[in-house]
Amino acid sequence: MPKFLVHINGEKKQVETAGSTPLLWVLRDELKLTGTKYGCGRGFCGACTVHLDGEETRSCITAIEDAQDSEITTIEGLSQNSDHPVQKAWIAEDVPQCGYCQSGQIMTAAAFLTRNSHPDREDINIAMKMNICRCGTYSRIRKAIIRAAEEINHG
Amino acid sequence: MAEKTVINRRDFLKVVSTTGAGLIIGFHLPFKNKLRAATLQAAIQFKPNAWITVHPDNMVTIAVAESEMGQGVWTSLPMIIAEEMELDWSKIQVIQAPVDKDRFGKQGTGGSASVRSSWEKLRKAGAVAKEMLLTAAAREWSVPRGDCYGENGFILNRTSGKKLSYGDLAEKAAILDIPKNVSLKKAADFNIIGKDIPRTDTPLKVNGTAQFAMDVDLPNIVYAFIIRCPIFGGKLKTVNDAKAKQINGVLEIFEVENGIAVVGSSTWAAIQGRKALNITWDKGPNADLDSKSIAKYFKKRGSKRGAVGRNDGNAKKALKKTKKTVEAVYEVPFQAHATMEPMNCVVDVQPNRCRIWAPTQFPHSAQKQAAEITGLPMDKIEIHVTFLGGGFGRRAFNDFINDGLEVSKHMGRPVKLIWTREDDMRHDYYRPASRHILNGGLSETGETIAWTHKVVAPSILFGQMFKYPIPFKDKLDVVALAGAKELAYEIPNIRVEYKSANTNVPVGWWRSVYDSQNAYANECFMDELAFEAGKDPVQYRLKLLVNSPRSAAVLKMAAREAGWGSPMPNGRSKGVSCHGSFGSYVAQVAEVSVKANGKIKVHSVVCAVDCGQVVNPSIVKAQMESSIVYGLSATLKGEITIEKGRVVQSNFHEFEVLRMDEMPEIDVHIVKSTEAPGGVGEPGLPPIAPAVANAVFALTGKRIRKLPIKEGDLRS
Repeated sequence: MPKFLVHINGEKKQVETAGSTPLLWVLRDELKLTGTKYGCGRGFCGACTVHLDGEETRSCITAIEDAQDSEITTIEGLSQNSDHPVQKAWIAEDVPQCGYCQSGQIMTAAAFLTRNSHPDREDINIAMKMNICRCGTYSRIRKAIIRAAEEINHG
Repeated sequence: MAEKTVINRRDFLKVVSTTGAGLIIGFHLPFKNKLRAATLQAAIQFKPNAWITVHPDNMVTIAVAESEMGQGVWTSLPMIIAEEMELDWSKIQVIQAPVDKDRFGKQGTGGSASVRSSWEKLRKAGAVAKEMLLTAAAREWSVPRGDCYGENGFILNRTSGKKLSYGDLAEKAAILDIPKNVSLKKAADFNIIGKDIPRTDTPLKVNGTAQFAMDVDLPNIVYAFIIRCPIFGGKLKTVNDAKAKQINGVLEIFEVENGIAVVGSSTWAAIQGRKALNITWDKGPNADLDSKSIAKYFKKRGSKRGAVGRNDGNAKKALKKTKKTVEAVYEVPFQAHATMEPMNCVVDVQPNRCRIWAPTQFPHSAQKQAAEITGLPMDKIEIHVTFLGGGFGRRAFNDFINDGLEVSKHMGRPVKLIWTREDDMRHDYYRPASRHILNGGLSETGETIAWTHKVVAPSILFGQMFKYPIPFKDKLDVVALAGAKELAYEIPNIRVEYKSANTNVPVGWWRSVYDSQNAYANECFMDELAFEAGKDPVQYRLKLLVNSPRSAAVLKMAAREAGWGSPMPNGRSKGVSCHGSFGSYVAQVAEVSVKANGKIKVHSVVCAVDCGQVVNPSIVKAQMESSIVYGLSATLKGEITIEKGRVVQSNFHEFEVLRMDEMPEIDVHIVKSTEAPGGVGEPGLPPIAPAVANAVFALTGKRIRKLPIKEGDLRS
């Protein structure tokens, strides 16, 4: 099996796996970073979203061989103490219900806000529509994103 | 759970039994002087067998025996205890209770019942605990019991001003007799119940630490999938696994009851292995089954007399005599649950014990299944209910746990058993498809004087999918008539019938169950009658709700809050509906527009709910929103269709669900009430489909009699 050196959450880790292995399963099975979830395996639902060099990426359809040169951030590495503005906003708005999709929602929102910290309704729709939530927490996600943007802009 | 350890004699556990409820309260005694955390920890781990555990450091552990699937039981149930016990909410630690029938009864979560069924017993549990702490404090101070009161984790002496914390009193309280009678607080004195307390699971769910079953890791674990025959009732004919076995990491491939198991040293190896299998299936008796033939079969069944579930007056006679009659047929498709977390579990079957980590709504039945499959006694089956990544009724079925048990038993080691999204979507227990035939008769002044509703649908209760099916006879399935039989409108002649129509498509409980289909038919038809009578749909309903004040009240509230009757912007319309289920009453007003291409946009939903005494308004609102979104997906988006005996849809590109850009503004209003609590997980769902359909009619003049609404239905 080939070996890959991955840059993950500020650390370097070596993994031994087939190059075609989706990053999702490397994170979950090899690196035991289970905050990133399997939802559909085809990039439709967003539950597996992580950052590759700061960009939201579907880890279920990203092969490890294509991720090895990037800085990977997972929900575990987003902040030290759940204090990223997006996480704080998620807590303030009490967003999660079952919680299964929320790592992906938070990672998508965090990447999106670095590109656009003054989002309007339509911007949020476009940014978040690839992340499904079956519990229907969309209203609170929207509120939390607006709250997080305010914190990012005004501290 | 830890192995049994020898209990320190001072580590006393009080077991209390009250009639029926099986109430147990454990006070772990404080160790005198310096506490050794490790010893204390061992004691706690030894018997976390109670709802309430008071620790010497004033922390109180509350065990939740119901499954947390997003509906908020990790918050609402502890709130009930905390209220009566006068706890300091910041000193509460919530844990998932072990699965133990002796302590918690047959654990199961469903039917929007958690708060309803826990209300009395958890209030008593909290009140008993507080009473004992009061007595302990009174003795300590040698004062009358009446001089003491509980507040925020302390017992206070109102005369001397002295106070003792619950932790300080735990040892003394533990040796007291259990009071037979305790008084419960008056609703006016509640200071936790009724507040927007943040969810206790939120912090775990924003940083990836919330543990779902798939996140459980055990030494020596392997990863497995089971490939099922895609055709319902089909069986394995032949399998060629030569290629699959060559894949690096594929460990074993073998036949199991429901198909073929592929086991790998990693998830990806097992996925690759299953892809490389060459399988031929014996298609079985359902190879020609499809949605068209099912619809035809429903139509045929609907032309026959059904079993009568309600018969007020003489509806058939009244219809014959009436000049103005309305007839409509509504059709509703199969629906998948599509929980975000596909079915999965971690199972370790060993010769002397079996451990299971699973997202199940019914752990008690899982324990029984496990005992059957492993041959171990029930007390050797250890079940850890993890967080559920959505339930919606799907996880009332433990088929996926059987998978894990079979594979782990064969392998003799721990197994992580995962269903792919495709497995999950194609092997669900679907919301039954149904056909609803309604007839209404109006008097000359437009009052509804006759109503008939025949529900044609597969039966979940008497269906074919249970292991020991009740021989299906054309008898009355009252569950299938939920919401049809209980029609709240005051009409002199009502007849509600059920006609069975089994299809060999597995069916099961889907959020709000048959209320979802029956309310759609009821409330669309009521709109049709109001229109025929030339009356306003809200006023028309209110007149018929004379004997249902709670329904009438939510309907008025929703109409008022939505500005019903006020002028609409061009191209928009409103629709209304009202339905009671699971002990609660909900009315909704949806505002829609329709584009030229036929695409519907739901702009807003105003929702009024009367769920009796509210435990946590924020959670009630979240559950209303959640039900509306789930119901909108079934109204506007996906459906499950059958072709050649199999489910057509495989993943979210074919079974579409509501996304952020389609999310309406939802405005929830809660009726203030001290009635007994009603359910909140499901009652918000049934009204949404008819509210939207009625709004579409108001706008376009087109009746929506088939779900989901397709763009083609409304193209102008």
